[in-house]
Amino acid sequence: MNATLAGLLQALALVAALALSYRPLGDYMAHVLSTRKHWRAERGIYKLIGVDGDAEQTWPAYLRSVLAFSFISVLFLYAFQRLQEHLWLSLGFPAVTPATAWNTAASFVTNTNWQSYSGESTMGHLVQMAGLAVQNFLSAAVGIAVVTALIRGFIRHKSDTLGNFWVDLTRITLRVLLPISIVFAIVLVAGGVVENLHAAHVINTLSGAQQSIPGGPVASQEVIKELGTNGGGFYNANSAHPFENPNPFTNWLEIYLLLVISFALCRTFGTMVKSQKQGYAIVSVMGLYWAASAALITFFEHQHSGAAAKIAGAAMEGKEVRFGIPGSSLFAASTTLTSTGAVNSMHDSYTPLGGGVTILNMMFGEIAPGGTGSGLYGILVLAIVTVFVAGLMVGRTPEYLGKKLGAREMKFASLYILTTPAIVLCGTGLAMSLSAGHGGGMLNTGPHGFSEVLYAFTSAANNNGSAFGGITVTSNHWQEALGLAMLFGRFLPMVFVLALAGSLAKQQQTPESTGTLKTHSPLFVGMLSGVVLIVVGLTYFPALALGPLAEGLH
Amino acid sequence: MSTPTLSSPAQTPDVQQPELPTERRIGGGLLDPKQLLKSFPDACKKLDPRVMVKNPVMFVVEVGSVLTTISAIEKPSVFAWVITVWLWLTVVFANLAEAVAEGRGKAQADTLRKTRTDTMARRVVGDWAPGMTGVREEEVSATQLRLGDHVIVEAGQVIPGDGDVVEGVASVDESAITGESAPVIRESGGDRSAVTGGTKVLSDRIVVKITSEPGKTFIDRMIALVEGAARQKTPNEIALNILLASLTIVFLLAVVTLQPMAKYAGAEQTIVVLVSLLVALIPTTIGALLSAIGIAGMDRLVQRNVLAMSGRAVEAAGDVSTLLLDKTGTITFGNRQAAEFVTVRDVDQAALADAAQLSSLADETPEGRSIVVLAKEKYGLRERAQGELAHATWIEFTAQTRMSGVDVDGASTRKGAAAAVANWVKENGGSTDNELDVTVERISNLGGTPLVVAEKKGSEPARVLGVIYLKDVVKPGIKERFAEMRAMGIKTVMITGDNPLTAAAIAEEAGVDDYLAEATPEDKMALIKKEQEGGRLVAMTGDGTNDAPALAQADVGVAMNTGTSAAKEAGNMVDLDSNPTKLIEIVEIGKQLLITRGALTTFSIANDVAKYFAIIPAMFAAVYPGLGHLNIMHLHSPMSAITSAIIFNALIIIGLIPLALRGVRYRPSSAQSLLRRNLGLYGIGGLILPFVGIKAIDLIVQFIPGLH
Repeated sequence: MNATLAGLLQALALVAALALSYRPLGDYMAHVLSTRKHWRAERGIYKLIGVDGDAEQTWPAYLRSVLAFSFISVLFLYAFQRLQEHLWLSLGFPAVTPATAWNTAASFVTNTNWQSYSGESTMGHLVQMAGLAVQNFLSAAVGIAVVTALIRGFIRHKSDTLGNFWVDLTRITLRVLLPISIVFAIVLVAGGVVENLHAAHVINTLSGAQQSIPGGPVASQEVIKELGTNGGGFYNANSAHPFENPNPFTNWLEIYLLLVISFALCRTFGTMVKSQKQGYAIVSVMGLYWAASAALITFFEHQHSGAAAKIAGAAMEGKEVRFGIPGSSLFAASTTLTSTGAVNSMHDSYTPLGGGVTILNMMFGEIAPGGTGSGLYGILVLAIVTVFVAGLMVGRTPEYLGKKLGAREMKFASLYILTTPAIVLCGTGLAMSLSAGHGGGMLNTGPHGFSEVLYAFTSAANNNGSAFGGITVTSNHWQEALGLAMLFGRFLPMVFVLALAGSLAKQQQTPESTGTLKTHSPLFVGMLSGVVLIVVGLTYFPALALGPLAEGLH
Repeated sequence: MSTPTLSSPAQTPDVQQPELPTERRIGGGLLDPKQLLKSFPDACKKLDPRVMVKNPVMFVVEVGSVLTTISAIEKPSVFAWVITVWLWLTVVFANLAEAVAEGRGKAQADTLRKTRTDTMARRVVGDWAPGMTGVREEEVSATQLRLGDHVIVEAGQVIPGDGDVVEGVASVDESAITGESAPVIRESGGDRSAVTGGTKVLSDRIVVKITSEPGKTFIDRMIALVEGAARQKTPNEIALNILLASLTIVFLLAVVTLQPMAKYAGAEQTIVVLVSLLVALIPTTIGALLSAIGIAGMDRLVQRNVLAMSGRAVEAAGDVSTLLLDKTGTITFGNRQAAEFVTVRDVDQAALADAAQLSSLADETPEGRSIVVLAKEKYGLRERAQGELAHATWIEFTAQTRMSGVDVDGASTRKGAAAAVANWVKENGGSTDNELDVTVERISNLGGTPLVVAEKKGSEPARVLGVIYLKDVVKPGIKERFAEMRAMGIKTVMITGDNPLTAAAIAEEAGVDDYLAEATPEDKMALIKKEQEGGRLVAMTGDGTNDAPALAQADVGVAMNTGTSAAKEAGNMVDLDSNPTKLIEIVEIGKQLLITRGALTTFSIANDVAKYFAIIPAMFAAVYPGLGHLNIMHLHSPMSAITSAIIFNALIIIGLIPLALRGVRYRPSSAQSLLRRNLGLYGIGGLILPFVGIKAIDLIVQFIPGLH
């Protein structure tokens, strides 16, 4: 079996597995988010945090809860890192520096998991488990909670409320993320991922040198790292590290895990709006972009240019031989199209155009299928923009799922699509004007050096967390700038999504007729894909031209 | 036994011409190139930044033009000046579109203003009461009239203000407003009492109670509307503006942040190039034409003699999902018409037709005339003049006898209500049988009116000849129209005072989706509220005072100009032709307005792809030769490429002004097929056209010295 066929089978198996879990997982999440029954454990939690589990929240209240919870999470995580030397299982590591602690706190709370540190030499086991891993669960749950509120905006009529954030957060964590994580952590352990509380083993190698082999509770963290589209690795090498991702099977499983919830949320959406076709339309666009992106990266990485690549038969620099081109490309496409940012190969070493696709994937706003929750609300906002333009073309005030898209709705949708590009472009522009030509942390020159800066801001603002590298980001201004990019990139869109949801819920429903735009037709799928490409993608065309395109076109 | 073949399509007597338009394109007037020149000064006046700022997209272009002008003065070059000139032209073209659209309204307003020349009014001094004689009157200027004043208007005088006739009846020339030269009757009481200031009384004397303050009359409102003075941005226009503004900001950021990136790449760009890139990317096409589209939409209604009180109403018309249509005048011709002669037993058809005609000769009602017409058309019976039958005694129809007829040369003919004629037959020694009852009942069930015809010759017993089937004739073509409405997702509801049986039959024949029989104003109101609660937008027409609450409640309420002032006040549109069928056209114009906006937005955004391929390689191919591959149009030089993109961008605005004014082609069809068509034309077309256009312009501008 040659590598291409193996890669194809891997991808097909992935599609089959995702298709199989689409319905049960999607419907299960819809049930969890709709049922009135609380678990006993959940009631206990509500009592503990002083919340009435049956109370409903208006959109400002829901938003305040999201923001308050996240603010406290940042503070907690910051304090945790700063105090780690005084806590158990610190492995003797000192307190994390303020800049890194701030950046890391922002990073994990925003589901970005940008890491300006090396896990195995900075964080003790307790911080990893009780600090970072906990946020891996909660930040993912926050994303799903927000998209749930948006879906409720569509399905509620003349309503002021969008549900209860604390209930949504608790249920998603307890009933969805935790059980799946437990099952697959065991699978990962069986697959060879380590899970212990050991400090580093120092061994003597055959050549007489000494090697330090760090252990840790890796599998338990690995599973939620992928499942919650977090991406923050236990080790610096992330999923390229053999203890995190030992073989092609675990690699395949990790790709599956990082895609499964975001894809299945389309089913949740379809079930909750009582039209599976609507869910299928959205999942089609996601699937289209995912497949195209994976194919393109694989194609570019197979190109033989440069002496090393010619000898290796493909662009193997920075890739693990155990995964090969297909396993690496599939992972790269999936991790940048979701907000995961875990890597099993070094994106910086990809061919210019292959690496360019990873940047473009994030620039689309990570909507194919995107982060847990954030991917779906991202594409739904783009669907609203598409419906607005397409709806006009059928001669009616545009309606999506029975809700009219007036000035108020368009205001929030417009602000949403404005936010991330503004952060990426301003961040990159500022970084280039402040540091151009004289270091500023850039280790490379020319278009590739620029691509690295562009990647960093794109990754931070879109809450991806992966990096090209090539920049020393530990200096204070990089830590602060990227930290702010992550926070604004995460929470400003949430503000607009919840405001939009509130505005939709207040409306009454407009019944569908033959005069209504069909938002589940192939035509609409095509149009939404076009809007993603032209409205979102083209914003970045000049920047991409100066980076990957300049480097890649000869 | 001859079974009446009532289901066969009835031959419609040629009493009234169908008034449905055959031309299905909702067009607008053509754009006269002279208009462009004429509007040029207005377009330049709009360059005032305080005016421009209301249109964020074009305001950005104007600021960019100022920047390039400064830059061109500082470092003059052919390229800088060519770009500067074309950027200013882009702004002027946008203003021109708006000015042309407004210009058409201004012309109409001027015509209207002529009718408003200072008229004198004969105001009644003191209180006025009906039937008062010897009223004292005084001459005052029309502008001094106040609400509730009474004025006297006699033949040859102009009515000084809007009001209701409270005494008298007069024929009024309303051509100043409606353009219709035939005079109309206005009388006190009832639904024809409203008169409009500026119209002229042709005969008789009326007393009018003034119902509007000076400056707020119907004509004043009309002038303000067609001039666009009262124009406010509609909800959808605001929403679209928000989207366009945010796209503009995104592209502004993309261009502003490009400079540090370009500097790093060693390809610092001039202000002229950066502004060009920005202008090429922001949605200038739709930004430039957006307000013209709105004004032109209102204008298209005005051309159809419909006045929309707000742009909001026009937009709502596009969204309407339920149409309430009055049966009479809209779905059927106003009067019942003879559709068929149904004989009983062995009676000859010709004999029945002859008797029917004879008995109707003196009957001047439309129903009576239609019987004569049918007899002539179907049986070739010559119309006999009443004078031919010198000894005839004409029996008039009365409410008591419920039949009419004629006695001539010893023979009697009667036609009328079944029971009345049957009685007459029995009284004259004849008898009726079951077959007649069956026929009569069948016609009734079909929603028709049966008129039984009987005769008595000499001393023979009277006998029944047959039945005339009087039918509410559905306008030809209306069924197809409703089918189109259905395809567009619009539900039609027929409103009628008929009983449910008749209503059901006509509803079936006309192809409406639903009907409201024996409708009272309260029923109508309840129906509107019910539809609105279900999230549907309702449109209706009305003219009576009792329609006013429903007109106000409906999302689109079209008042007939013949209607009362209360109705006109309550509706958000007035149809000067008083043609209820026009509601359908209003809906189509509303849809066309929205489609034009959507199509040009799509076009504008799709254009960006080609512009990127022109400008990005022009900017950076010098430092990164690989980017030269993006120059897929093989444009001559960087400067010619940028110039071509900017010229294309400006020219496309001028090129699309006619489309903006006329509206895109619209055929009633389902949302799906509309989207397919418009997406193909304006989306794919918008993607391809600029590639062709920019290349073509480049082939010319490459010869301009200084752009090499």
